Amino acid sequence: MHAIAEKIQEKFPAGFLNAQEWRGDLAITVKREALHDVCTYLRRDPDMDCDYFVHVSSVDWPDDEERFEVVYEVYSIRKRHRIRIKTRVPEHDCIVDSMTDLWYGADFMEREVFDMMGIRFRNHPDLRRILMPDDYTEGYPLRKDFPVQGKGWRDSFDFLQDPN
Amino acid sequence: MGLIQIGKPKDGDLGVMTLTLEKAVNWARKGSLWPMTFGLACCAIEMIAAVSSRYDIDRYGAGVFRASPRQSDLMIVAGTVCRRMAPVIRKIYDQMPEPKYVISMGSCATSGNIYDSYSVVQGVDRFVPVDIYVPGCPPTPEALFDGILKLQDRIMQKRVFTTQPEQVKV
Repeated sequence: MHAIAEKIQEKFPAGFLNAQEWRGDLAITVKREALHDVCTYLRRDPDMDCDYFVHVSSVDWPDDEERFEVVYEVYSIRKRHRIRIKTRVPEHDCIVDSMTDLWYGADFMEREVFDMMGIRFRNHPDLRRILMPDDYTEGYPLRKDFPVQGKGWRDSFDFLQDPN
Repeated sequence: MGLIQIGKPKDGDLGVMTLTLEKAVNWARKGSLWPMTFGLACCAIEMIAAVSSRYDIDRYGAGVFRASPRQSDLMIVAGTVCRRMAPVIRKIYDQMPEPKYVISMGSCATSGNIYDSYSVVQGVDRFVPVDIYVPGCPPTPEALFDGILKLQDRIMQKRVFTTQPEQVKV
């Protein structure tokens, strides 16, 4: 196993689930409860020093019990290592801890995940939609059960005056 | 378009020609189509190329790109129109003074192209009246010029001193 994964497993034996390595990319799956602690460790520990918050994304696995997967990717500019942290959340309780207290850059990215997938972030300072309008009510467009063509929003032009 | 035939003027010629005022107005309008900069996606790059020296859209009098709708006659909608952009396009169209024309540049603005998705409007003609559709993905500058020339032909056929319908149905 990768040295970083071993370290995380050693430090968080209860939260660590598994680690995969594929072509040099390390991905660690942790329990939701341990996510923020693992990220704090990656951010603050001088051996980890992950100062660059690359990305947040989310995956929808519609057939799984824990349907959504939130994927964080962090990088250390000085140490030059890249770690992907995954965690799973069920649909009825899709909320994870926000990383905005560790990386300011997480703000907009987490808003995008919330906007597109409907996953909420605990302690996020300003969790609003970011790409879709604030009053958008059709749901979360990147979920697998959302129709590709949408639910009529793209064809409704409410700003047009009725010509008749 | 055949409005002025310049032959060799005779010595002492007064330089008088006769034509209808309508034709003169249309000729002036078609020769000074000031476009509104409205690049939304990659089509805008071709529009920029059309403006620059190699193609030089100014040959058709349509090179004075204005950043304000109040000063422009022609809106070239170049690129994918997202639903969130739609009210903005309509507002800018409403702010343009008459007479105003719209060119839908490229497949995305015309029909949504491959983006049959929840956020992309399936054709800009659903909320603004379009005069000319330019096909292509993206259209070459030559294709845009073809659209502008066709629009100029159309402007020459307009009736100026006839009451136009007050409201164009969308």
